[in-house]
Parts: sequence; C-alpha cells; structure tokens
Amino acid sequence: MENDKRVYVTPGDVITTGPYRADQNVICQNNKIISTVVGISEIYDNNVKVIPLSGIYMPKVNDLIIGKVISHISLSWELDINSCYSGFLPAHDVFGRDFSAHSDELSSRLNIGDLVTAKIANFDKNRDPLITIADRDLGKINSGELVEISPSKVPRLIGKRGTMIQTIESATHASIIIGQNGWLIVSCKNQKLLSKTIDAIKMIETQSHVADLTDKVKSKLESDVGE
Amino acid sequence: MKTDMQLLNNDGIRCDGRKIDELRKITIKAGILKNANGSAYIEFGNNKILVGVFGPRDVHPKHLSDTNTGILRCRYHMSPFSVTERKNPAPSRREIEISKVIKEALQPSVILKKFPRTVVDVFVEVLQADGGSRCAALNAASIALADAGIPMKDMVSACAAGKIADTIVLDVNNEEDQAGQADMPVGYMPNLDKITLLQLDGILTTQEYEKCIDVAIQGCKIVYEIQKKALIDKFFKCDIK
Repeated sequence: MENDKRVYVTPGDVITTGPYRADQNVICQNNKIISTVVGISEIYDNNVKVIPLSGIYMPKVNDLIIGKVISHISLSWELDINSCYSGFLPAHDVFGRDFSAHSDELSSRLNIGDLVTAKIANFDKNRDPLITIADRDLGKINSGELVEISPSKVPRLIGKRGTMIQTIESATHASIIIGQNGWLIVSCKNQKLLSKTIDAIKMIETQSHVADLTDKVKSKLESDVGE
Repeated sequence: MKTDMQLLNNDGIRCDGRKIDELRKITIKAGILKNANGSAYIEFGNNKILVGVFGPRDVHPKHLSDTNTGILRCRYHMSPFSVTERKNPAPSRREIEISKVIKEALQPSVILKKFPRTVVDVFVEVLQADGGSRCAALNAASIALADAGIPMKDMVSACAAGKIADTIVLDVNNEEDQAGQADMPVGYMPNLDKITLLQLDGILTTQEYEKCIDVAIQGCKIVYEIQKKALIDKFFKCDIK
C-alpha cells in the first residue's frame, strides 16, 4: 500500500493531534482525533478516517444492494437488506403509476424469498429505507448463488478502481453482482468455477487487512483454475 | 468459625500468593461466537465469562425504541453451575443490579446516535464466578462491543481495589471480598481519563479512598493493554508472525 500512514487502531486510540478534519469513524476531542472502531486509520489531505473491519450495513442513498423479500402487505413489500432496518419497496414502484390494489396481485411479481437487486431511494432516521427497483439492471434475480460477506469488507472486495473484482471475474469468467450490504450474487459456467470463485471471495473476507492481497488472490486463482 | 488463613502476611503476600499491587491472570479472546454480531470470552483469575453482543437491530418491544438514538440493553446472568451451590437461574436482585451498573458503565462510551430506532443487546453469561465478576464482565462486554463494530469513544476497562488487613490492595478476589474490609470496583476509560463505574462496599477514610481509586485506575490501565491485544489478535493476527 502506497500510503505509509496506515495504522491498525482500536476504539479510543489517538490517531493524531492537530488541525485535522474528522471524517469517517473518528471523533475529535480536545484537538485529538480518536478512533471509534477497530480498523485501519488513514490520513489524507487534512482528513482522518478509519476503515472499519467489522460492523453492520447502514443504508446510504443510491447504494446498490441485494434484498430478500420477507413479507408483503397490501401496498408494499418488506425486504431484508442485511441491516438493522428493513427495506420498504412500494408496489407502485414495480407496477407503475396505475397500480391498483384491487386488480394487481403483489405476489404475481415478487414472492416471499425472492431476491432482488435494488437501490436505496431515500433514507432518514424516522422511516425505514425506501427501496426502488425501477432502473436499468435492477429487479428480480432469477439465477446465481447468494454469497454473504461482512458489509465492511465490500470495499476491499471491489479493490482500488475495481481491480480486485476484475481479477476474480477474469480468472473464473464469473459474473458477480455486489450489493453494498454484503450480499453478492455469483453466477458461473459450472460448479467447479463457482466454488473457486466463492473460495476467493471468502479469502478476501478473512484476509482483508493483508497488503498485496490482489496479487495473492491472483496467484491463488491461477493455480486453482490451472488444476 | 475462625480460620487460620491470613489475608496478608508480613512479607506483603496475599492468600493466593499475589503481591498487594498484582492483578490475577487475565486472558481475553475476542470474536469466539459465530452467531452473535460480537463476542468475547474472558478468564479473570477464576472468573470465566462469555459475552455476546447483538445489534444494532430492531427494538422489541417497540415502545422502547427512541427515534433520536439507539438504546443499549444489558443482561448479566449467572449460570446455575457458576457457583458451588446450584444457583437458581431466575434473575436475582444482585444480577438485576449488575445488569444495570454494566449498562450504565458502557453507556458513556458507546455512540448510538447514528442508529436511531435500534437496540444493542449485551448478554453476559457467567460460567464460573469468583470475586470481581462485574469488572471482568465489563471488560469482556467492552471487547464484544468493539468486535461487533459498535462505535465507541473509548474502551471501558474495569478493575477492583479494596482494603484487606488495613492495606489497600489491587484486584480483590473472592476470599478477600468475604473477609476483607472494603471492595471498590472501578470502570475507567483509559484514553479519555474518565470513570464510568464506581461502587464501594465497606468503609474507607478519605485518604484510603483516594489511594484506592489510584490503585484501581493503575489496574485498569494494565487491563486495557490486555484488551487491546485481544482485539489486535482477532483482527490482525495474520500479520503478527
């Protein structure tokens, strides 16, 4: 990693003192920048942030996520989005504006247990996150394998400018949809490649703090696929 | 019945062979439960305590939820086999009290503003009890919260100090607690230099009280280093060759 100011921190650790701006997962107290989570601290142009190594997914507007339908009431679906809040998908988002509760049956489009790729349309502290699937490439997922990883490891899985995920995809010819909530959909040509891909993903999850991980994944995949 | 056991001998050695400013042996492991969001196991002398943390998650019953902030709940429970005589598993007066003090000791450190309408549940299960189980439980709970990724201003470290045979000693064990003159558990945030838990059972003079706090805080600082090591071992162990 090119930035040598990366340090492992635990909650309460003083990362630095001085006129820095507190970014993610840090608090500023008496001119000291203190970490609030276990993670890797980073200092860049007067900002200090900590990349967390654990924690749940917090919805953010415009995040691409993968959700699972857990129930439907008369005018909306409820989605499990692997967060402390459940997603709210209104029926008119799927059926269009002329949705009528009398003529349209919700279960004709999405059933309980179905997976969808979706986007967070709106989220504030008073209401559950509003989900939309009215966009290109969003909607019900028909094939693929659901893989769950820790949401805090998602940026590592994607890598810098997508290098990590490209490495996996080119080595196994897999197509991977990454939800920011830590759920992924992996589709492969055959079972063997699928298990290799999942192994690589799990390896990134467990060794996310290791440097040069992209190279390690690459060599692992090359030896695996070569067999 | 009078025993011949001496709490403190003339060489300054206590009944379990420790010096007056020596802690019991502490080992902590973080992240040992798969189904909880965060967990920790601590052995603090003869105390064996398991802590699991869930959350942030939906609040049930719903009326407890707060639209402005997340809430913290804590349950301290002693297993029926944790003491020599079988303990009734129903919550006792003492367990309810300790649940409350642990919750209040953790409250100043956790930052739950970012998680409105949710709850963080801390479950403390005492598998084997010795003196000072509330301190040990607090240490483990703090690790489990950090393991779960709950934002915290600082870790909470806890350690007791007390008075036996007219001497202030660090980390009172069960025998010393029963036969000693005072027992004072202290919860402390080492980086912020703030006390989050302070109880006192016994009578101390003002000077003794001040000395007791100083001794306990020194103990907390030692505990903090062990807590930190437990977290580093869990999250970065591949690097420690």
